[in-house]
Amino acid sequence: MNILVCIKQVPDMESKFKVNAEGCWYDSSDLAWRMNEYDEYAVEQAVQLKEQTGADLTVLCIGPDRVKETMKKALAMGCDRGIHVTDAESFDKDPFAIASIIAKFAEQKSFDMIFTGMQSQDRGSAQVGVLTAEMLGIPSITTIVSFAFDAGQITVQRELEGGVKAMVKAPLPALVTCQLGLNTPRYPTLPNIMKAKKKELVVTPVADLLGVAVLQETLSLYFPEKKGGGVVLEGDSAELADQLIAILKEKTAVLA
Amino acid sequence: MKILLVAECREGRLQANINDLLGFAAKADAESALFLVGTQEELPKFAGTLYLADSSTYGEYNPEIHKQLLLDTIDTVKPDMVIFSHSSYGWDLAPRIAFALKAAQISEVVDFVDGKPIAPVCNAKLRRTVAPKTAVTILTLQAGAFSLAEEPTTTPTVEAISTTATGKIEFSGYQQADIGGVDLSKAQVIVSAGRGIGKPENIAIIEGLAKALKGEYGASRPVVDSEWAEHNRQVGTTGQTVSPKLYVACGISGAIQHLAGMKKSEFIVAINTDKDAPIGEVADVLLIADLKQFVPILTDKILAM
Repeated sequence: MNILVCIKQVPDMESKFKVNAEGCWYDSSDLAWRMNEYDEYAVEQAVQLKEQTGADLTVLCIGPDRVKETMKKALAMGCDRGIHVTDAESFDKDPFAIASIIAKFAEQKSFDMIFTGMQSQDRGSAQVGVLTAEMLGIPSITTIVSFAFDAGQITVQRELEGGVKAMVKAPLPALVTCQLGLNTPRYPTLPNIMKAKKKELVVTPVADLLGVAVLQETLSLYFPEKKGGGVVLEGDSAELADQLIAILKEKTAVLA
Repeated sequence: MKILLVAECREGRLQANINDLLGFAAKADAESALFLVGTQEELPKFAGTLYLADSSTYGEYNPEIHKQLLLDTIDTVKPDMVIFSHSSYGWDLAPRIAFALKAAQISEVVDFVDGKPIAPVCNAKLRRTVAPKTAVTILTLQAGAFSLAEEPTTTPTVEAISTTATGKIEFSGYQQADIGGVDLSKAQVIVSAGRGIGKPENIAIIEGLAKALKGEYGASRPVVDSEWAEHNRQVGTTGQTVSPKLYVACGISGAIQHLAGMKKSEFIVAINTDKDAPIGEVADVLLIADLKQFVPILTDKILAM
């Protein structure tokens, strides 16, 4: 069996963001970078499937040189090799262009199973996984919170609204997009971090895989206007508590 | 401009997010048609044509079959835009349609200004205005972003649609949520724990404040996923939707899915160390404090009253 997991590097969401000079994306300087949270679950599930079946597991990531750090984490978690599609302008590509790059790579390799996160934390389009599967002509199931593989078929649960889950089956090859809580992503151990350094990391220029133009562009990026009326309080905890109690007495009936 | 709205039905029930779709249609001031895999028994109120596939034939959501039904309808209606809710139905089906039509899709749209969709970036800390470059555009709408001033009373003109398409994906049933003994929707006060509580032991701090306020404690998704709280405590899109008299969000940054579950609370207090956390957008009072230090002091003062 041949497995692919696709990951993205994103800024820590607690970062202080700034708008870039072009005004169309966030400034990438002075940010701490990490693996997209949803993708950690995708990597973990791919590694578990590799452990179950003895499959070969490739991790793919598109982006500038710094994404290698995030790829090393995926390799330390158990991926066998990395494909780094080098692209300094990946932030400017829409989901259609990103999916076409992945599909172009995947169509030469005939993967049995592809894992992605359900969305990225920065762009949050929740499109790349499904678009990739449509381009490859394979079934895709989104937002999975449980995964099992047996006899050439996957059985998963899709998370719906209100805590309801749909039970769904599909034959391989297939693609799934992973939701938070699907599993417990492992922490790479020190020996595995050392081993990961020796794993193959293939560098592919994006120009070799990109054959489409973007279908949309970001005209401008900005901070939303703050909602009026909200009070912001700072200071000593005891004084803050007194202030809050006074506000609750005035504005609500819960302390009556 | 002509738009096609994609409504949803689950187990024979029309989903409430149709109001978001109708709200968008009103805001865009567009001529609209409606698509639904649903039933004659529960028709939506809509002034226009409803393209209806019978869910007793086409079943619960099956992406490959629903895709074909929708593509056939698009072929008939020839809309400029196809509008979905950003729901488990919409974000699954929309990219399939976008690919088939080679159309730009903009996800989780929060506003529509001068004909341009606006979408959140980085957990709603930022926003972007997007320019689609294709003849047809696909949008998925954030829950609650577009509201309807007045619900329609008109019965739609129904056009029955059908397909012979089949698919490889097989749906085999639902698993319902286990609400257990806690019904947060009835609580007058909810104090919720987010990732900022740091470790499972600190749930006790949150529970302590909830008890002092004679309420229940809730939790955000990451806390439930980490198994620090039971799923029946989860507030948000995939948990419970609540509207208590007082909601206290402790260490919750305010992911959209959480906000959707609690923003209708009458009074919202947020306790957070990050001044820019999106929870501040809905909070009536934002306290910049370390909850592990602040909440016990607040609890003691309330108990001493």
